[in-house]
Amino acid sequence: MTVNEAELGALMRASLGGDAAAYRNLLSRLSAQLRAYYKGRLARIGRSAEEAEDLMQEALMAIHTRRHSYHPAEPLTPWVYAIARYKLIDHLRRTRASVADVPLEDAKEVMAMDDYTGTDSANDLGKLLDRLPDKMRRAIQSVKLDGLTVAQAASKCGMSESAVKVNIHRGLKALTASIAREKRT
Amino acid sequence: MKTDDLITLLSTNVEPVDHRQTVRNIGMAIVAGAAISAATTFFVLGPRADLATVGTYLPALLKMVFTFIILVPASLYLIRLSRPGGERKGATALIALPFVAVMLLVVLSLTFAPGSHWKGAILSDEWLECLLSIPLIAIVPFSVIVWAVRQMAPTDLARTGAFAGLVAGCLSAIGYALHCADDSVPFFALWYGGTIALCTFAGWKLGPKLLRW
Repeated sequence: MTVNEAELGALMRASLGGDAAAYRNLLSRLSAQLRAYYKGRLARIGRSAEEAEDLMQEALMAIHTRRHSYHPAEPLTPWVYAIARYKLIDHLRRTRASVADVPLEDAKEVMAMDDYTGTDSANDLGKLLDRLPDKMRRAIQSVKLDGLTVAQAASKCGMSESAVKVNIHRGLKALTASIAREKRT
Repeated sequence: MKTDDLITLLSTNVEPVDHRQTVRNIGMAIVAGAAISAATTFFVLGPRADLATVGTYLPALLKMVFTFIILVPASLYLIRLSRPGGERKGATALIALPFVAVMLLVVLSLTFAPGSHWKGAILSDEWLECLLSIPLIAIVPFSVIVWAVRQMAPTDLARTGAFAGLVAGCLSAIGYALHCADDSVPFFALWYGGTIALCTFAGWKLGPKLLRW
């Protein structure tokens, strides 16, 4: 547990500095832990593994778009747990289940298990991207999917570098929002 | 969508982020809120006529200092609440302590005053104006603070909303003290304290709607 915390905390701090490899590693480990957490929670009230996968992806995007809210001097586990629990309660409220089913457990619980067996979620990345405004979609496509640098993407899309960054940032936020909206309908 | 694809999407060319920026935004929102409430009081209600004389700017200053004592810990706690899991650290009761202390002052000053003075001290000419002005002036600072807190990720929305309301109420009261000419302690505690509590309550009710992410 403490080893886990120290290791993940170090990955997170490296990620905040812009280390993509550390961030990839961190997200993949967090996704396993969040998957185990959500599967366990949702199974108790008779929900599917696919729903857990959806929710885990939503939490992962929330962690990404809100990563500036993590203070590097503080432990990472309670921060991840607070987001995971917040998204769970929000999800249950949206899908009209009783929030009383979510007990106040220890933060350790979310980090207690790993589950690397992913299910396909109902979120269709391609479709979601298509719905984004043109500028956001092109910025995300070139930098996040094609792996171009911000400078290359800027000249390819005919935008300034800061416009590319802003469009990626807004686009990812919009993606998170549309995943959430999708579920409500 | 496969989770691996999502992780690739999020981690490719990830931008470095500054964890201090949004906290700075909240701080700036609070300072801006103070300026807005002072400006509103000054230009809409007008400063109290005797503000320039030494004898009366002291009581006005005292009202501001009292409110400031509530404002500072509330602001610090608000910043903490704006981070996920922030509600698990620090006792809310401790933050309410200055508020309770000011209220105790009132009870004390009322006990020592003869009963016939109570009505005059509490229901002076200005109470209705005070009751309306402080919540009204608080609206814009509250909106600015909510905007800044929304950039973060609070996980206890009602409590975060309540503290945003408390901070906005304090800022408004500090501004309003420039106008209000009633300097009796019971008046201050009841109507300032009451309206600040009202702002806190409004924030508590609005938090879950306004701060959701």
